[in-house]
Amino acid sequence: MSSKDRILARIRRAVPEPGPGSAPEPAISRDYLPVHGTRAPAETVDLLAANLTEYRAKVHRVDEGGLAMLLMRLLAERGARTVLVPPGLPPYWLSAADPTRIHDRAASTARELEGVDSVVTGCALAIAETGTIVLDGGPDQGRRRITLIPDHHICVVRVPGQVVDSVPQALPRLDPSRPLTWISGPSATSDIELDRVEGVHGPRTLEVVLLGAQ
Amino acid sequence: MTRTHLGMPGFPAVPPFPAFPLAAHEAVGDPVLRANLRHATHTIRDKRARAVAELADWDALRTAGKEIKDHTLRHLDRYLLELEASVTAAGGTVHWAADAAEANRIVTELVLATGEREVVKVKSMATQEIGLNEALEAAGIAAYETDLAELIVQLGHDRPSHILVPAIHRNRAEIRDIFASEMGSWGRPAPDDLGDDPRELAEAARLHLREKFLRAKVAVSGANFMVAETGTLVVLESEGNGRMCLTLPETLISVVGIEKVIPSFRDLEVFLQTLPRSSTAERMNPYTTMWTGLGPSQGADGDGPAAFHLVLLDNGRTDTLADEVGRQALRCIRCSACLNVCPVYERAGGHAYGSVYPGPIGAILSPQLRGTGSEIDASLPYASTLCGACYEVCPVAIDIPEVLVHLRERVAQGGPVTRDGIRVRIRPAHGHAAERAAMRAARLLLDRPGALRAGERLLSRARRLRPRRLPGPGRAWTDSRELPELPAQPFRDWWAARERGRDHEQDGGRQS
Ligand code: SF4
Repeated sequence: MSSKDRILARIRRAVPEPGPGSAPEPAISRDYLPVHGTRAPAETVDLLAANLTEYRAKVHRVDEGGLAMLLMRLLAERGARTVLVPPGLPPYWLSAADPTRIHDRAASTARELEGVDSVVTGCALAIAETGTIVLDGGPDQGRRRITLIPDHHICVVRVPGQVVDSVPQALPRLDPSRPLTWISGPSATSDIELDRVEGVHGPRTLEVVLLGAQ
Repeated sequence: MTRTHLGMPGFPAVPPFPAFPLAAHEAVGDPVLRANLRHATHTIRDKRARAVAELADWDALRTAGKEIKDHTLRHLDRYLLELEASVTAAGGTVHWAADAAEANRIVTELVLATGEREVVKVKSMATQEIGLNEALEAAGIAAYETDLAELIVQLGHDRPSHILVPAIHRNRAEIRDIFASEMGSWGRPAPDDLGDDPRELAEAARLHLREKFLRAKVAVSGANFMVAETGTLVVLESEGNGRMCLTLPETLISVVGIEKVIPSFRDLEVFLQTLPRSSTAERMNPYTTMWTGLGPSQGADGDGPAAFHLVLLDNGRTDTLADEVGRQALRCIRCSACLNVCPVYERAGGHAYGSVYPGPIGAILSPQLRGTGSEIDASLPYASTLCGACYEVCPVAIDIPEVLVHLRERVAQGGPVTRDGIRVRIRPAHGHAAERAAMRAARLLLDRPGALRAGERLLSRARRLRPRRLPGPGRAWTDSRELPELPAQPFRDWWAARERGRDHEQDGGRQS
C-alpha cells in the first residue's frame, strides 16, 4: 500500500463520511463583516495612507501630471544610480528620472539584480484596512524578485480605482493562479528582544505613491 | 564553502528531553530567562489585544475559522485529493509521507537529485518536528535556517522556544556573542566590531544570509495554508527571507502537515484577518507569498522556481484526527497567542515542553502526535493550570483545557487510542511518575502552594465541561466530595491581581 493510500485510509477510518440519510452538514457561518465601517472612497484612500505610514512605509500623493517629477525627485533623493523597470511600466512614469534603467529579463540572475539601487512598480490592488499592497506579477510589476532584492521599492497605486477596503474585498479581485505578493510596510523583524528593525532581507524602504486627482 | 565544514550548525546531539517538571524546574530557576520571557509575552499579548479589539466582528471570524477547519478535517481525504489534483495541474509534484522518516527520505532524495549540497530554509515547524535538518546533515547536505530567530537558534546550537519568536530566550548580548563566534564557520563572518544593537545584529544577519540566498539552488519551506480548490500555498512572514526562499531558488520543496489544507481561496479572507492579529499583533504581516504550482507559465518565465514539490506530512496527524476530543488541536494555525497568555509557559519557557510546539498548544499537540508513551509526553497534559486563557485567545477556538483534561484522563486511566493508524488500548499509568511529577511541577512553577488548588477550583467550573470527578491529580481530591460551587475569586482574577503587583516590582528594574 502506498503512503498516500495508507494516509487516506486512516483519515477515512478516523472521520467516516456520513452515510445516506444523515443530517446535512451545517454551512460555515460567514456572518463576519465584509468591510469594517463605512467610508467614502476618499476616506478609504486616507485609511490606506494612514495604515501604510503606521507600518513605516513613506506615502506620497500626486496627480497624473505630477507623477514623472515626483518619481524623479524620489529617486534623486535616494541617490539611486540605477532603477529596475518592469516590462509594462508606463514609459512616462520614469520620463524625467535620471537613473539608468535596468530592464528585468528572465535571464538576469539574482546576483545581477543585487547591484540595482531602486525599483519602480505598479500594483494589482491595495487594501486600506490592513495597509497592504498586492503584486500579481502583472506587466507593470514584473517578476517577484525585482521588488525583493533592491533595497528601495517605489510602488504606484492608482486611487481610488485600485484600492479596496478590506481583505474580503481583495480576494475575489485576485487571480490565484498568478504568483501573489502581499506587502504591508517594509521588511521588518522583531526577533531581538522584540525591538522592531526595518529591512532584514527585503527592501528597507518602501515608498507608496497614491496616484489620482488630488 | 567547502565540504569540510559539514559538521553543520544543525541541532547538536542532545540527550532526550527530560519530563516537563524537570525541564521546567531548571527554567524557573533562571532569572534572565524568566525576565526575557515575561517581557516578551506581556508585550505581545497586550499588542494582540489591541489588534483584535479593532475588529468588531472578531467573534464571528473566530467562529468561521473554527468551522472552516472542522469542516475540512471532517472531509480531509476529499480536500487532500483535490489539493493534489490542483497542485499537479499547476505543474507541481505531490508526495505523501506517513511519518518523519519517510518525509526526510523524500526530501533528501529530492535534494540529492538536484546535485546540490546545501539548501536554504524558511521557518517551518513541520521540518523541525521531523528533524529534517539532522536527516539532511546525515546525507551531507547543509540546511541553513534563514529566519533571523531561527538563525540565532541554529548558530547557537540551541532549540527554538517560541512559535513566533523562537530565540526569545536570548537577549541581545547573547545574540551578539553567538554571531561573533559562529557566523564565520558557516559563511560570511560577523564584522569585527559587532555591537549588540538589534539594528547592527539584523544587518549582520542580512549580509551573512544574502550570500546564501543569492547562490541557493534549492529551498525548503513550510506553509501556513494550502488551498484545495486552487492548489495555492500561502506563507506569511515579516523579514523577506520567505520571499527569498520561495522565489529565488530553482527548486522549492514544501513540507506541510495535512491539516493545513483549507477548501477555498475565499477561506483565506478569514485567516488572513485572524492570523496576523493573533500572531504578531499587526493588521497584516509585512509579507505574504502565495503561489500555485509553477504559475501560469509553468515556470517558463523564470518568476519563481522551475520545480516545485509538495510533501504532505501525516506523522501522527491521522491518529490525532481519530480522537474526537483531541482532533480540535489540528485546527491550530500556529499563531502563538496561547503561549503569550499562559502563566505556565511564562515561567517554564518553551524548552520545557520538549518539542517544537511549546506552550498550551504543545501540551495538547505533542502527546497526540507522539503518543503518551514517554515521560515528557505523559507529563505535558499536566503542564497547565487549566485557567482557560489559551482558549479565550485562540483564533480558531481550540478548547485547550478540554483537551488537556481529556489527555490527563488518558494518561491516568488508559483507554482506547489510535497509534500509527491502529486502534489500541493503553493501560492506565498506575503510580506513573507523571502524575506525581506534575504535581511538583505545578507547585514549583507557580511558586505558591495554594496555586495549584486554585487552578483546580477553576477546572471544576470549566466551561461546558463538568466532570463529576477530576481526572489526573485532582482525582483523589474529588473522590470524597462533589465538585464545589464557583470559587469566590476565579483563578484568572487572582492571577491578574497578582500579576499587577509583580509588574510593578519587575518592570521597574528592566530596561527595554
Ligand atoms: S492553539 Fe490557537 S492560540 Fe495556540 S497557536 Fe494554535 S491557533 Fe494559536
